[in-house]
Amino acid sequence: MIKFVLMVNRQGQTRLSRYYQPVELSRRAALEADVVRCCLTRKKDQCSFVEYKDFKLVYRQYAALYIVVGVTDTENELSIYELVHNFVEVLDKYFSRVSELDIMFNLDRVHIILDEMIQNGHIVETNKSRILAPLTALDKMADG
Amino acid sequence: MALKIVKGSIDRMFDKNLQDLVRGIRNHKEDEAKYISTCIDEIKQELKQDNIAVKANAVCKLTYLQMLGYDVSWAAFNIVEVMSSSKFTYKRIGYLAASQCFHESTDVIMLTTNQIRKDLSSPNQYDTGVALTGLSCFVTPDLARDLANDIMTLVSHGDCVKRKRCSVLIMYKVFLKYPESLRPAFPRLKEKLEDPDPGVQSAAVNVICELARRNPKNYLSLAPLFFKLMTSSTNNWVLIKIIKLFGALTPLEPRLGKKLIEPLTNLIHSTSAMSLLYECVNTVIAVLISLSSGMPNHSASIQVMKYLGLLAMSKILKTHPKSVQSHKDLILQCLDDKDESIRLRALDLLYGMVSKKNLMEIVKKLMLHVDKAEGTTYRDELLTKIIDICSQSNYQYITNFEWSVSQPVTPHPPGISVSWWTIRVFAVAQMATLLDNAHLLTGSMQRNGICEVLYAAAWICGEFSEHLENPLQTLEAMLRPKVATLPGHIQAVYVQNAAKLFATVLKSQEGNTDSTTAQETSQLMIDRLPLFVQSANLEVQERASCILQLVKYIQKLQQKDVEVAEEVIALFAGELNPVAPKAQKKVPVPEGLDLDAWINEPPSESESEDEQPKAIFAKEEPKHSRPRHTEVDEKELARRREARKQEQANNPFYIKASPSSQKVYQDAPGVEHIPVVQIDLSVPLKVPGLPMSDQYVKLEEERRQKERAEKKKKEKKKRKEKRSGRGKKHDSGPESEEDITPAHMVDIVTEEMPENALPSDDDDKDPNDPHKALDIDLDKPLADSEKLPVRSHRAAEAPKSPAEDGDAESAATQEPKKKSGKEKREKKKDKDRDRKVSLKCSVSLQIQFSTSRIFNELSPSSFWVFNEKKSSKHKKKKQKKEKEEKEKKKKKKKHHHHHHHSDGGGEESVQNGTVEEEEPLPVSVYDIQGNLQDGSQVVVSVIFENKCDSFLKSMEFNVLDSLNSKLQRPEGSGPHDGLTVPFQLPPGVSNEARFVFTVQSIVMPQKLKGTLTFIVKDSSTHEKLDFKLHFTCTSYLITTPCYSDAFAKLLESGDLKGSSVRLEGVNMPFHHLLARICFHHHFSVVERIDSCASMYSRSIQGHHVCLLVKTSGQTVSIDAKCDEPTLLGNVLDEIKQTFSQC
Repeated sequence: MIKFVLMVNRQGQTRLSRYYQPVELSRRAALEADVVRCCLTRKKDQCSFVEYKDFKLVYRQYAALYIVVGVTDTENELSIYELVHNFVEVLDKYFSRVSELDIMFNLDRVHIILDEMIQNGHIVETNKSRILAPLTALDKMADG
Repeated sequence: MALKIVKGSIDRMFDKNLQDLVRGIRNHKEDEAKYISTCIDEIKQELKQDNIAVKANAVCKLTYLQMLGYDVSWAAFNIVEVMSSSKFTYKRIGYLAASQCFHESTDVIMLTTNQIRKDLSSPNQYDTGVALTGLSCFVTPDLARDLANDIMTLVSHGDCVKRKRCSVLIMYKVFLKYPESLRPAFPRLKEKLEDPDPGVQSAAVNVICELARRNPKNYLSLAPLFFKLMTSSTNNWVLIKIIKLFGALTPLEPRLGKKLIEPLTNLIHSTSAMSLLYECVNTVIAVLISLSSGMPNHSASIQVMKYLGLLAMSKILKTHPKSVQSHKDLILQCLDDKDESIRLRALDLLYGMVSKKNLMEIVKKLMLHVDKAEGTTYRDELLTKIIDICSQSNYQYITNFEWSVSQPVTPHPPGISVSWWTIRVFAVAQMATLLDNAHLLTGSMQRNGICEVLYAAAWICGEFSEHLENPLQTLEAMLRPKVATLPGHIQAVYVQNAAKLFATVLKSQEGNTDSTTAQETSQLMIDRLPLFVQSANLEVQERASCILQLVKYIQKLQQKDVEVAEEVIALFAGELNPVAPKAQKKVPVPEGLDLDAWINEPPSESESEDEQPKAIFAKEEPKHSRPRHTEVDEKELARRREARKQEQANNPFYIKASPSSQKVYQDAPGVEHIPVVQIDLSVPLKVPGLPMSDQYVKLEEERRQKERAEKKKKEKKKRKEKRSGRGKKHDSGPESEEDITPAHMVDIVTEEMPENALPSDDDDKDPNDPHKALDIDLDKPLADSEKLPVRSHRAAEAPKSPAEDGDAESAATQEPKKKSGKEKREKKKDKDRDRKVSLKCSVSLQIQFSTSRIFNELSPSSFWVFNEKKSSKHKKKKQKKEKEEKEKKKKKKKHHHHHHHSDGGGEESVQNGTVEEEEPLPVSVYDIQGNLQDGSQVVVSVIFENKCDSFLKSMEFNVLDSLNSKLQRPEGSGPHDGLTVPFQLPPGVSNEARFVFTVQSIVMPQKLKGTLTFIVKDSSTHEKLDFKLHFTCTSYLITTPCYSDAFAKLLESGDLKGSSVRLEGVNMPFHHLLARICFHHHFSVVERIDSCASMYSRSIQGHHVCLLVKTSGQTVSIDAKCDEPTLLGNVLDEIKQTFSQC
């Protein structure tokens, strides 16, 4: 199952974090820093999976933004790899050409999208329009 | 769109929203910590307002700050407030914040039970959605128990697909927390596998897959269902899960494998998704290896595939090592890859591939890599792997031990020589030479960190000194002055083992009539040891001086011609057995043995013979002497034995020699079975001065004969003596490999296990694994007792149970009661209702206590909650007294619990006597702020919140003045009159009032006692509430910015007095630390350089307080200067307290 989803930029600043297994707040910062360091030191031509402690990191880089997913050993790395891309595609569709700023300023919305896709550490929805349905409904509610 | 913009700007007009916060943080790159601390102050203000929109906005910002690493747990209660908002947009924010910040130990969670229940049953599907999402993040066993039934209802009756989907998923979490719910819930979960909606289906698949992975046998019956799903589903992610599930099921049901072949091959050929292909191949590898026709992806050029291919290969390796071994060259190539992940994987593979035939070659290659390796992690990993490879399965692949022992990098000779006593003789000789040559090696060795070999060598030579050809020479080598340049722990081993050698030398000289050699040896020891006595290393020093004294004593005895050798050798008697790594764990504790208790008083006599290199060989057990025959009289012997037993009993590291293995040893066929190792040596030796390869054979043979003779002699002599035996022997090496080069037959010593150790295989299982609880037989029919707990009235018997809401009455009737008379039932009901009210009060109280704790943690300086909220109402008490006898006891318990939380130690004694029952209480939070204009005034703002169901009026606030601090009262009122609070409080409402205090001296913190009196409208009774106001020194400080040049001048002026404090174990980033000090203690950062910062603050009476904060590791040192030392001392104490609470 998925342990956490992180979005960090090249400077190591966290842009989004979602934990599916409780991690103490004090340890989160250290964990995030460590994970980011792991991913940042890797070059483009290296593979996207890193073994980290007792779990694995699957990461993808989009411009300056890294999306890092921590998964247990039993998870299929490639499916997560594809999920990350799916997630980015959904963000792209919603924000139309998503950028780091979109994510920073609309953190709660990104969370809604993420919650639609991953719940409890499991992938629940991958259909783009179904993922975005509640969010569009919410926007209509706010507008109207 | 335009409307949206306008709306946005209106929002922004009255408050800073999340966007502004993000923008602000970006604009304050230099002083981010300070900016955020002001933001947090603002948020605190916003949270105090009644407007839910403002609160939600504040909580939204907090969520962002939490992500940045700031602790926002103090706002937990506010988050709950926002969660309970009726508007979805706010509720969503609340739940989001809760799911990010709450964890199992957050105490406000239990308040949320009813809210979540309400949201779960809400007609709005989105309400349900957010509630479920949130719940999945912070579900606790209590919540799981209380809400399991509600979730089940949703699963079966939910009309909305989304709701069903979420609730199916959350069931997994509920099962984990509350395993009892699995059996009753399982049938419904099974139904969902056939749900028309693919989303629900996939959720159910996910849950069952997760469950089945841990305990597959319970889910075999579902195989046909999954089979159908696998052929019909088109969702790759779901397919992956199903295939994974089959992977777990197939080992239990081999027939399943055959059925799977077809669909799996279809999938492999048809799918375009790499991940699905990978999963299929993986499963095929894991369970159906016979079907796999090679590895489709091992040669893929992309790095990703390379990694995965290697991973897959390592799985194949476990079952079919042969097929992988043919790819050895390819894998060795991967070692050259520039990607570390791939290299590590390849290393893992190599580890599994090693056989007798290729071991030397592989290790040779690896050694080459060690030289090339850049980066220490990889090099360390390489070295560990080499050692692992060599020591695999008790060294069974090593056909040539001489080779392995002579590899200078391998620090495992002690392991080998203990396990393999056949090799011991050789190892000893080897090591002796090594020691002789140590002077050649030390220079380069120290640099390479390989001098650890010397450590092992010294130990081996000492321990098995009877095999040494020329112990005297080795002894001399070990005592060379050059040794003193070695690291301390090695020196210690040297000294200790020199003593052992000394004993051997004495022994060998025993027979000689001419005692000069023995005396010379003693003299040598006495000459050389003082060098070590002067060592800076404590252990070396201690051992050296002990041994020096011993040798001096021996020398005296020698001069009197007393035979001492036997006694000396007895000091080091006894053999070491290899001990299995898990042996300690398996020692059963004998009945009636309390390991912690002293059996007798600890022995006063120091037992030098027990002084063994305990800390040295982590894997080995410290050797304990077992005197063979000493000349000490029987009594003394018995006494010593007793003392030693005590020591052993108290020594957690001690493991008794197992009598069973001794027996085995005695039954063993004796010496004849000692196998002859044929040696072939192809690897050049790296240690200079070691005998050449062909010499090994001769040497070895000679030794062996010698040893054989020796052994025989010993055997006869000591047949009846106790000796720690060696385990049974068994032939290593599988038969198939019998034809491999050197025909060898070596015995592996079984690792020693304690007696009575249970031959269990469950060592690796973690008893705390939550999944263990889910290993439940699901096919058994449900018993009557197995029901999901339906919401029912649970009164005081569950002290932690959440508060029940308005439908208490209906709940009360549900509770089965055994009442005969109608009246009685009525009464009981009343009683229940009473109980309910009080229970509810108690819960609301607990919130306050918990918030108070949070506040304490966060800001001991300015935020406090009234700690004492209870006081007795005597009239009421009498009325209820007869009724509530029973409950009082429970309540009392609860009071203690509460007091445990409260911080003021002194209050308890006062409280416990008087408080008998709960009252509906208003509770309040306060904030102390210094008044900048007037140096002697402090404003205390108090928030009153009515937590009870009744209307409160005529509130009066009174504080007992102290000499130093006085409450400012309107003119004309006496010094003991209370101040009227200018408002009344309807139920559930909070309001703020401000009170001004005059303070004379601000250098000391102080506590003021006060009371709040009020009238409860319904009962029109007077109630009283005691509290304490804590004026900390930091509350007199005012955040004042200061420029660095002004700061420097201030420090130079010299009229500030210094003080400093050290904080240990502070585990947070430096900027957090600074933010914390800024925030809680009203400081501002003047300058920050790396891990060092200067900070400034000013008191309301104009004292300057300067801090220099430095951090290194977990230690933070604060050097502080202030013109008022008492104030400074108190501020530092408060800072220390802040960090001790985090």
